Amino acid sequence: MTPAIAVAGLTRRYRDQVALDDVSIELDPGSITGLLGRNGAGKTTLLRILAGQEFPSSGDVRVLGQPPAENEPVLRRMVFVREDQAYPDIKVGHALRAASWFYPNWDARLAGSLAADFGLRPKKAVKKLSRGMRSALGITIGLAARAEVTLFDEPYAGLDAVARQIFYDRLLAEYAERPRTVLLSTHLIDEAAALFERVVVLDQGRVVLEAAADGLRGVATTVSGPVLAVEDFTAGRPVWDRRRLGSQASVVTVGPLDEAARARARSLGLDLVPLTLQQLVVHAAGWPAASEAAEEAEAADPEGVSA
Amino acid sequence: MPEMAGLDEGTPLFTQVAERLAAEIADGGLAEGARVPSTNELAAFYRINPATAAKGINLLADDGLLEKRRGIGMFVAAGARQRLLGQRREHFVARYLRPMLTEASRLGIGTGELIELIGENDQPDQPHRDSRSGVTV
Repeated sequence: MTPAIAVAGLTRRYRDQVALDDVSIELDPGSITGLLGRNGAGKTTLLRILAGQEFPSSGDVRVLGQPPAENEPVLRRMVFVREDQAYPDIKVGHALRAASWFYPNWDARLAGSLAADFGLRPKKAVKKLSRGMRSALGITIGLAARAEVTLFDEPYAGLDAVARQIFYDRLLAEYAERPRTVLLSTHLIDEAAALFERVVVLDQGRVVLEAAADGLRGVATTVSGPVLAVEDFTAGRPVWDRRRLGSQASVVTVGPLDEAARARARSLGLDLVPLTLQQLVVHAAGWPAASEAAEEAEAADPEGVSA
Repeated sequence: MPEMAGLDEGTPLFTQVAERLAAEIADGGLAEGARVPSTNELAAFYRINPATAAKGINLLADDGLLEKRRGIGMFVAAGARQRLLGQRREHFVARYLRPMLTEASRLGIGTGELIELIGENDQPDQPHRDSRSGVTV
């Protein structure tokens, strides 16, 4: 099976800065992947290169089996929705019609119903839209294009929680009806975490974590309770973070906890709270250990979605 | 994940999906022979990736609690409810009874006293509110 997206040894240098440093990723067709990382980690550069809008300094980039740059047949099979997309001076309806001419799988009914859900009026000038409504237009185009490869770069600037929920629900519904390869970068990690089948985390231009999203839940756990009990329980386990307040301690430990370990924690009177995906991303320094733990979890579960 | 229709953060999502379905089967909400919701229906309801929902369903299917009927979907297998109730009983002992006994011995409560306490607290359900006046009768 040809990967929908295959990037090997990709490096992008600007004058005095390395935006992407030897990045290699493969994404299977028909999956929703989260592209995560801090500002400046290289997410937008990677998406722009995938969309053929920027050239790599070195390395190989293939989308649907072909290099995307200046490759119109491939570009028509993919859609790239960027944060704060610039539009010419046209009305919403025109922007949607222009998109319908470009994308062969365009679904006009879907576009109409998404626009209605978001409260996007076709007669309104794009320039007069609020930031949130411009995001809604980008999302509408991104979903209605029904493109085999769908790239979203922080697509919901300015959208409120209700509109974001509409986006998540419609993305899942669309994906169920027409599976495609979705790569979505976001800062609202916990909010979007359940949508992802896989996550790729970039830090300073490098891939620091690539794993099945569900396998990451429970990869690290905050153990809290009496100092001695916490120390006893976490002895010999990799630790990311230690805090202490009086006789109470709170320690972040890496690695899945089996039922025996959980029972032991209960008998020691300890609280176990798993780290959310967002907290995992914050603990960048511990990722190598998290990667290993996630791989172990995947290996122990060969039937998993990532198989 | 506040918008996630009640799944919590800790255990893997696919395990939680499996647990929810198992609970519905055990409670009789999903009768034996009934069709279970499809992957996409579960994904939309819980707002999760369809692959995650599929993994949850497969967990129960591998366990023989669900059976696939080609081209139609997944159905609750015969005997699934009994097996789940048996598992729940074991789970009850491990998850509630043993920790209770541990805590009781920590507090110096002997088995006899514990049984007495259980008797004292095992009251029939509270009287229902009068629906018209809203006052406890």
